[in-house]
Amino acid sequence: MADFEPKIVGFLCNWCTYAGADLAGTSRMQYPSTIRPIRVMCSGSVDSAYILRALLEGADGVLIGGCHPGDCHYVSGNYKARRRVTVLKTILKTLGLDDERVWVRWISASEGKRYADTISEMTAHLKKIGPSPARKLWSL
Amino acid sequence: MDENNKKIGAVMVVGGGIGGIQASLDLAESGFKVYLVEKNLSIGGVMAQLDKTFPTNDCSMCILSPKLVECARHRNIELLTRCEVESIEGSAGNFKIKVKKHPRFVDVSKCTGCGDCAEVCPVEVPDEYEENLANRKAIYRPFPQATPGAFGIDKSGACCECMQCEKACKAEAILHNMLEQDIELNVGSVIVFPGFDEFEPKLREEYGYGLFSNVVTSIEFERILSASGPFQGHVVRCSDKKTPKKIAWIQCVGSRDSKIERGYCSSVCCMYATKQALITKEHSPDIRTTIFYIDMRAYGKEFDRYIERAKLEYKVRYIRSRISEVKEDAKTHNLKIKYEREDGELVTEEFDMLVLSVGLDVSRSAKDLAEKLNINLNSYGFARVDSLEPLKTSRPGIFAGGVFSGPKDIPETVTSASGACALASALLSSVRGTLVAEKKYPAEKDVSGDIPRIGVFVCQCGINIGGVVNVPLVVEYAKTLPFVVYAEDNLYTCSQDTQDTIKEAIAQHSLNRVVVASCTPRTHEPLFQETIREAGLNRHLFEMANIRDQNSWVHMKQPREATEKAKDLVRMAVAKVSLKEPLGRISLKLTSRGLVIGGGLAGMVSALRLAEEGYEVYLVEKEDTLGGQAKDIYYTLKGEDVQKFLSKLIEKVTSNNKIHIFTAATIEKIEGFVGNFKTTIKLNSSLKELEHGAVIVASGANEYQPTEYLFGKDKRVVTQRKLEELIATKKLNVSNQSSIVMIQCIGSRCDENPYCSRVCCSEAIKNALALKKMNKQVNVYILYRDVRTYGFKEDWYQKAREQGVLFIRYEEDDKPEVKLNKDKLEVLVKDLILEEKLLISADLVVLSTATVPSEDNKELSQLLKVPLNEDGFFMEAHAKLRPVDFATDGIFVCGLAHSPKFIEESICQANACAARACTILSRDELEVEGIVAEVNELKCKGCRLCKEICPYGAIDVELKKVLGKEKEVARVNPALCKGCGACSASCRSGSIDLKGFSDSEILTQIGALV
Ligand code: FES
Repeated sequence: MADFEPKIVGFLCNWCTYAGADLAGTSRMQYPSTIRPIRVMCSGSVDSAYILRALLEGADGVLIGGCHPGDCHYVSGNYKARRRVTVLKTILKTLGLDDERVWVRWISASEGKRYADTISEMTAHLKKIGPSPARKLWSL
Repeated sequence: MDENNKKIGAVMVVGGGIGGIQASLDLAESGFKVYLVEKNLSIGGVMAQLDKTFPTNDCSMCILSPKLVECARHRNIELLTRCEVESIEGSAGNFKIKVKKHPRFVDVSKCTGCGDCAEVCPVEVPDEYEENLANRKAIYRPFPQATPGAFGIDKSGACCECMQCEKACKAEAILHNMLEQDIELNVGSVIVFPGFDEFEPKLREEYGYGLFSNVVTSIEFERILSASGPFQGHVVRCSDKKTPKKIAWIQCVGSRDSKIERGYCSSVCCMYATKQALITKEHSPDIRTTIFYIDMRAYGKEFDRYIERAKLEYKVRYIRSRISEVKEDAKTHNLKIKYEREDGELVTEEFDMLVLSVGLDVSRSAKDLAEKLNINLNSYGFARVDSLEPLKTSRPGIFAGGVFSGPKDIPETVTSASGACALASALLSSVRGTLVAEKKYPAEKDVSGDIPRIGVFVCQCGINIGGVVNVPLVVEYAKTLPFVVYAEDNLYTCSQDTQDTIKEAIAQHSLNRVVVASCTPRTHEPLFQETIREAGLNRHLFEMANIRDQNSWVHMKQPREATEKAKDLVRMAVAKVSLKEPLGRISLKLTSRGLVIGGGLAGMVSALRLAEEGYEVYLVEKEDTLGGQAKDIYYTLKGEDVQKFLSKLIEKVTSNNKIHIFTAATIEKIEGFVGNFKTTIKLNSSLKELEHGAVIVASGANEYQPTEYLFGKDKRVVTQRKLEELIATKKLNVSNQSSIVMIQCIGSRCDENPYCSRVCCSEAIKNALALKKMNKQVNVYILYRDVRTYGFKEDWYQKAREQGVLFIRYEEDDKPEVKLNKDKLEVLVKDLILEEKLLISADLVVLSTATVPSEDNKELSQLLKVPLNEDGFFMEAHAKLRPVDFATDGIFVCGLAHSPKFIEESICQANACAARACTILSRDELEVEGIVAEVNELKCKGCRLCKEICPYGAIDVELKKVLGKEKEVARVNPALCKGCGACSASCRSGSIDLKGFSDSEILTQIGALV
């Protein structure tokens, strides 16, 4: 398992986390190349179906990045995202999937470091728990 | 009104550097015709030569180039390159200006920029763009992104008139007998930004510049670092083209040196040297970097943090010292630098390369230009401006900024450019919109139902991407992806000529969708969207893959992984774009009114300017009175009377009938978006709703309340502001024996507030000089960490030293102590030169306290949905080129809410905010992005969940006939929808989608990825 490189799908809100990820770049902070970011307008627009789809397609982890509580550009999208993921996690468990594979993090436009750290942490964590079984389980 | 003083709705901008570019764009966007006059072949100025910019390490060309392109294609801007002002007549509102156009010998309208001419040209001469480190041809284009992109011939001795180029040019653009031309223009105002030239170090020959081959100037080093530079971004020294092991920087070359008439501080060198050392480390981590400096002047926003990073993360070595001699080892061409350490010891150390951090001289054309325009200069040859009118020259109707009015960095130059526009726009508000044209686009091609034909453009971004990612491989890979019919790589995809290439490729390969793999869509998407729109494609048939900010820059040591990731990102973008459909833009009415939050100096200035520009303004202040922090400031360093200025300003603001003032009012709620904001304020417990189109945040900051040094316990310990009040109100008597000790950096540059408060050094010196004026014999001590009197403020620092003010430096971890001995006040400080403790008895201890962010910032930032930086100040959209904008359209920031600063800087920013707001308020209607939700009425069950979830009340449910059946369906009001996608994420039947980010588009992205 040592050379297992996890694949993370990131849904990053345009206003905070995506900007934070750009800042990590301009500050040249180095982190593992495990994440494939998808820009969304708000974390509140991340449909549970996206997360499920990513896991079923074989992603080892999914990161939802939004603005800090109170900072969402659209008032309350991040609260909606948090609620939705909490519900989804119980479903994931009943499907036999690790709910630790889905992370929600609030990362602002000024937190490049926090973004880089999050990716490093998440990568390390996924390495520890190993590849997602979903692909094997569910592929027909 | 007679013909001669009829106002003209056009402005001339002189100087095509970043300042002139910003001024041109702001004016052109607020309804004025602009003539941008530049003496060289291309606009871009010095910024075009820089490799990276501090403190964000943005690639300079990458952020500049979209602005170049925007300038070139703007319908209201006429570029006049190779032009110089000859003479001016008339007065504010109506000037007649003669401009001399030097021949370029190439027809700009015919030249395609192909470069065939330069290919055949036999003459090579030193290339000034490359600081003479490389050669160019006699027919040349200064740099690939040059704007206009046409070539020009250097006939000042270079061209041999062999006519080879004429034969080679298929476009027949070459005109060897082109003549000089006189142009006469009629404008209402002139904005002058001639910029700077770097100091010529030959005047300081003791450093060996010109004698020793491995001594270079900082601007030469900038070119050495640049990927497009003479050594392709490899850090090498000139003598043997080998990578040096040890590089030294010497600061203040041509600055802070009155012997050579440059007594001022150039303000930017500490930061750019740090940047260069840091970037050097990034290129080659093994190179050891040392900076020899006098004071570390990291006075700006995020600057100190940058220095700390350089020290801790990059191990850049900083040595406080004076250089006494530089010698060359004739064999190795290494340099022996002899320097005097702070403790007086002389040390010699050998380096393989030496970079001289040269200062900023005012542009060599400035003197001549000032004479022709009849405006006054100061003793150093810079434009003479008043601290309280920092943008006005001595001649009404002519405004100035950038380095011309004093050394400045890029964001301050950009700010002063916008600020100067506000003044011109206020002067000419009655003729706004009289000389401008509408932009015309070709009809949009209907691509619905067509099979996608995708073009992919992968940017090398110099070596920013190409140095890590294998770009040709990514291009080859892109060609294999479904629907991709064309792919290529570009050195800089954002350059003007690549825009033309993209348009050509769209036509030639009948592309109906485009992907650009480069930097971040947050800065560059609008540029590329405009390009494809000009080629007849809808703006939304476009997608970007961020392979720089979120790939090559963060995986610098993993080229293989980064290349794989780039391929994945391109594949995802291609998959998404293949499903994209054209989206309409929606035109909205807007409220041409501004809201200014904060009635301090900055708030009042911006409110007044907006009113003068012709718009109504709401000015909301939480205190009972206007004035803010400026109420406690009595005079400036130069001696101008701040209180008089303030009361005049208050008088102007209160008597202007376009300004509606609400004092003792708080902001309760802010709704809406650019053009259409609705703000609720609370006024004596009743609520009031205000409608406006733009917001200016000028909410100020606070003074740090010290707890240290017996403050509050002993009356003789006061703040610097209190001292100023005592002096100004004549409540202080000083005798020959009086001893006054000032302690700097109280609450600044410490763990809680790791930033510099910027003004404290100069404020201390200002008051010290005032004390010396009261009694020449009084003893004044200033205990400091670095003296940060940047720009012309340095003159006052020198004056203070001459007058006998004693400066004693202390270290952060060995702070001075203030003690009571019986009832005598004593200050104990370690003298770093003598290496022993000094005991000073003090009649007064004065604390230079920090400027700290207002406690209301958090709440305000949440109401506005704009970010704060780590220190708690408001964070602008881009530290360099959008210094007063927020990322959210229609909201701007100025004054202390942005960061600590001087009055003149607040005034510049306040004016800049007014100019930026005017680019919105001056429009008749606002075009907004088509990113809104859309309902599939066939699928919709009318369950109302989306209606409940929508935070904007943009969704209603109505009865409608769908396929012959009456049913309840959701309906989205596009004017209210902000495109957050919350509805679509919660819709159970999957019948509501966010255009541009639809379920199918995102699901394909996911599918393409794993
Ligand atoms: S916009 Fe960032 S979470 Fe809503």
